[in-house]
Amino acid sequence: MADSPRSFDVPRVAALARLTLEPGEADRFAPQLARILGYISQLDELDTAAIQPTSHVVPLTTPLRVDSVHAGLPRDEALSQAPRVSDGAFVVPKFVEGA
Amino acid sequence: MPGILETARAVRAGEQSAEQLARGHLDRIARFDGALGAFLRVDAEGALAAANTVDRRIARDRSAKGEEELARELPLAGITVGVKDVLTTRGLRTTCGSRILENYVPPYDAHVVERLRAAGAVIVGKTNMDEFAMGSSTENSAYFPTRNPWDRTRAPGGSSGGSAAAVAADFCDVSLGTDTGGSVRQPASLTGTVGLKPTYGRVSRYGLIAFASSLDVVGPFGGTVADTALLYSVVAGHDARDSTSVPQPVAPYDLSRGPDALRGLRVGVPAEYFAEGLEPEVAASVRATIDRVARAGAEIVELSMPHTRYGIAAYYVLAPAEASSNLARFDGVRYGVRRDGPRGSLDEMYGATRDHGFGAEVKRRIILGTFALSEGYYDAFYGKAQKVRTLIREDFVRAFERVDALFTPTSPTTAFPLGERTDDPVAMYLADVCTLPPSLAGVPAISVPCGRDGRGLPIGLQIVMPAFHEAQLLAVAHGVEALIGSIGKPTLTV
Repeated sequence: MADSPRSFDVPRVAALARLTLEPGEADRFAPQLARILGYISQLDELDTAAIQPTSHVVPLTTPLRVDSVHAGLPRDEALSQAPRVSDGAFVVPKFVEGA
Repeated sequence: MPGILETARAVRAGEQSAEQLARGHLDRIARFDGALGAFLRVDAEGALAAANTVDRRIARDRSAKGEEELARELPLAGITVGVKDVLTTRGLRTTCGSRILENYVPPYDAHVVERLRAAGAVIVGKTNMDEFAMGSSTENSAYFPTRNPWDRTRAPGGSSGGSAAAVAADFCDVSLGTDTGGSVRQPASLTGTVGLKPTYGRVSRYGLIAFASSLDVVGPFGGTVADTALLYSVVAGHDARDSTSVPQPVAPYDLSRGPDALRGLRVGVPAEYFAEGLEPEVAASVRATIDRVARAGAEIVELSMPHTRYGIAAYYVLAPAEASSNLARFDGVRYGVRRDGPRGSLDEMYGATRDHGFGAEVKRRIILGTFALSEGYYDAFYGKAQKVRTLIREDFVRAFERVDALFTPTSPTTAFPLGERTDDPVAMYLADVCTLPPSLAGVPAISVPCGRDGRGLPIGLQIVMPAFHEAQLLAVAHGVEALIGSIGKPTLTV
């Protein structure tokens, strides 16, 4: 199997994660991330073609809870931690053009 | 010092007051924690109110209910507990060691916190941690580092360094941490305390602010195995609010056998855990402990777990990938802080909020995890690491066909100087070399003090057993503790 890459475009991936970086941060992270990727590349030594992946260690059956009515968080409490609230809703900057 | 079993009994009998006990610990925190930084927040008012409630309830119920019934209801009567700041506490600010949650006051208690309160425990405060539990030294806290009570120039380990230091310094009787790749066991080792990582799924994650959901486990710290075991028995068990919580009942533990628990025990010693990077004094102390365990009647089996050394690489793909997804919820909309961008767009708000709110290690891991999950790289990184996780699990399955328990060092080194590894993420990751494989396999593991190095710093032994064998694990750890005896306590100065 092909070797895994040892570097990548840090600002592009940060943008995918909706993470604005401070000036100079991408340049500081790039060599650190390259070193981490270099370390991770030792996984390439193992032939895993016939191995099943593990996503969870405990065999999970999807458990069903009892279908009973119980109180959830009151709306005021659920909204109490939001930076901006109006009329019982979270407020975010406008993101639909022309609306 | 009496254990918490005896202290709780004395409180239930009216021989001790929970309020006096809480005041004693709060005074000690006020006096010494300025120099250590174990707590991000001390809740003196809440602690005294909780202690008073316990005292009043006992005064009311003591004559009507016998000790047996009261002990069932209040197993932790008057026991002071420090709670890692990653666990939500209703009405008590919970920051996860991060700026992004600096103003977050949870409207609900974590499952384990509910259990503590119901058991009569007194929560004295929220303990310091690496931001979002990402780190092995507690230096990644956005607020201040925690110092090791044994040597204040050194780290207490992490990420639950505050919880470990708080117990080592006797700021509280016991504490709760969380362990994703070693974050309970490694700080326990570096502070001379006992730290248990239960089987994945044994303790509910409800109200545990998620880092890597397939690995996160809540775990107790204590000054002794008995204290750790009692706290474990209170927080373990099924909770329908966590879909990965396991419904099988919690087996009762029995610590009455002492070193006899080691007689006939088949102890596996995997060669790979004694490889390069292990400090000679740590290796010698763990080996000497294994020799004593053999003389106590255990059978020692040298064996190989060939995929051990790939644990760090697999973990540092899987955990950041899961973290990049979990931490997407911190977007300045529903909780925490918000920062607006120059043009006021939604995307700018997300980016500016997360830039302001997250520290360097969290950003690095989000970027790494996002890359590992991005189009074209998923198979080479995340898929590959999941397959290596299978190989690591199979190492444990094969080992447990031959032996009952594995004995290894917990940490390859004793407490390291503050600042020594902060500029080198890979050097910091190597701290977890012995604790990561059991995390990836989901099996329970405990760190027990087994000696001190030439500088007087604690050394920890890690014991690992098969899934859901916590009762046996605690009995074996207790046996080792009885053989070794106390390694002593740090002396605090102001």
